[in-house]
Amino acid sequence: MASIARSPRSLSRQGIWGSNFIDRIFRSSTLLLALSIPVLMIALLVILSVMSAPSIHYSGWRFLTASIWDAVHSHYGILFAIYGTLVSSLLALLFAIPISLGAAICLSELAPRWLRNPVSFLIELLAAVPSIVYGLWGIFVLVPFLRVVETWLGERLGYIPLFQGSVTGYGMLTAGMILAIMILPYITSVSREVLTAVPSEQREAAYALGATRWEALRGPVLRYARSGIMGAIILGLGRALGETMAVTMVIGNRAEISSSLFSPGYTLPSLLANEFVEASDHLQTASLVEAALILVVITLIINSIARLMIWKAVKAGQTEARA
Amino acid sequence: MTRSLKTPKGWLHARRKMANRLLWVGAILATLIALVPLLMILTYLVVHGLPSLNLAFFTHLPKPVGEVGGGMANAIAGTLELIGLACLLGLPLGIMSGIFLSEFGNNRTGGIIRFLADVLASVPSIVIGIFVYTIVVLPMKHFSALAGGIALGIMMIPTVMRTTEEIVRLVPQSLRQSSLSLGVTQFRTTFSVVLLAARAGVITGVLLAIARIAGETAPLLFTAFGNRFWSYQLNQPIASLPKQIYNYAIAPYDDWHAQAWTGALVLVSLILILSVAARYATRGRYRIVR
Repeated sequence: MASIARSPRSLSRQGIWGSNFIDRIFRSSTLLLALSIPVLMIALLVILSVMSAPSIHYSGWRFLTASIWDAVHSHYGILFAIYGTLVSSLLALLFAIPISLGAAICLSELAPRWLRNPVSFLIELLAAVPSIVYGLWGIFVLVPFLRVVETWLGERLGYIPLFQGSVTGYGMLTAGMILAIMILPYITSVSREVLTAVPSEQREAAYALGATRWEALRGPVLRYARSGIMGAIILGLGRALGETMAVTMVIGNRAEISSSLFSPGYTLPSLLANEFVEASDHLQTASLVEAALILVVITLIINSIARLMIWKAVKAGQTEARA
Repeated sequence: MTRSLKTPKGWLHARRKMANRLLWVGAILATLIALVPLLMILTYLVVHGLPSLNLAFFTHLPKPVGEVGGGMANAIAGTLELIGLACLLGLPLGIMSGIFLSEFGNNRTGGIIRFLADVLASVPSIVIGIFVYTIVVLPMKHFSALAGGIALGIMMIPTVMRTTEEIVRLVPQSLRQSSLSLGVTQFRTTFSVVLLAARAGVITGVLLAIARIAGETAPLLFTAFGNRFWSYQLNQPIASLPKQIYNYAIAPYDDWHAQAWTGALVLVSLILILSVAARYATRGRYRIVR
């Protein structure tokens, strides 16, 4: 399998195949269908930009710096949703990173070989559970549970602004926890892949010097896998930013910025999910489409960074292994 | 290092051993914690979903508020119809693009398409919904099954494309060469030899893509919209399982909540069956199917 040549192109150039009429049609038709992807992507960006033009024209920069959603007086500023999106996603990372990395280390370095694939499969099943089911579970299990936890925290640590305010169970903290569960499988499986791609010489050299597993991992292995793991984390962040249903169902949906983790908030996707169908006038629709455009731009940037880092890490692992 | 070697029972040695043990404990604990949500969700689905799971759930329409019973028959049929529509759009585009990338895509065009497919895959699903709303729902003047199918289909393309590309690349070059050397056109070679050999893998990719879109709700909010009644028509709003679960979950009625759990149980079962089937299809990594 290692001897797979790169492309049949060289063949077709030499033989009569290249001049074959059917093949030429075949080749151009596959190209045509493959071009659907660039076309879709460009169409998406163009349409979002065109549709949001009235809002960009009307609200200007205020749209990004103001925190108000008033359809009656046509005042739109989505700072609260940008804030909610970032805070809920960062909370998710805070919860998910230690657990994902621990699991990835366990599954790539420590666990016996026969256990690795079944356990990884189970964790990856989390990624198969649909967002709506997380939302359902969130409303009926996580929210009542967190209501108790939040009351307890509020009574004891209420002097810290993070834990102040009324407790409903719906809010930033709940959204962060649901998101953490949802991005956990992505960070775990990519980190595991990156750790597996670290050449075994890295570990063996450390063991030969008398290092324990922890020392080998902390030094040579993690240094090697660092950029790939960062990529995995940022990929998880990208997932969390665009997540809609589960967050909409547990975040409480209130257009305000609050320092408390217990208070309800809003994210860009949940704003879209709740308001888009009900949008009463042209300007409100345009404002929502502009919010969607901002969301796309944020996720595109985050994902490009993630992919670049993972690609670099895996590639470095491969070249090193070959050398 | 050297000191610890000289005095293996020393303080430093104990500390190093301790750190190593902490790593074990921490890593195993983290793995267990990672498994807890899955077990909890599955348990709750079974405990809350099973009681309302009966024949009526699959054969009856939703009952109005206050009346006990009823089912999600229209939503189940709607989800299947939406998946079918999505496949009509997503499979030809995805598979053909995958073939293009693996057979003719080792150039700049291929690289650009590959990158843009990754970009498309990372666009939040709710934005896909808004995009389809503007290009399909606005011109048609109302929500429709067609729009829902298109939204899901667009989401399928990148997944199907990348798995097809990866699998078709695994087909040994010698197989292509033998076929070409018999005078068979490249067109026939690709479809009758290469694609046939990669069949199992392509099916896996398709099943995984279907499993991914079957539970999608966000892109359906502004496209398929939802419907309380039977509808098969392409230009009418159509019910879907995820949307129905959403409506029932955020409503204040206990009876609807029970139905939402049952709906979720059915949806997750469908998706898990698809995922396991996908895994089963390519058990032996890659083999040539006659």
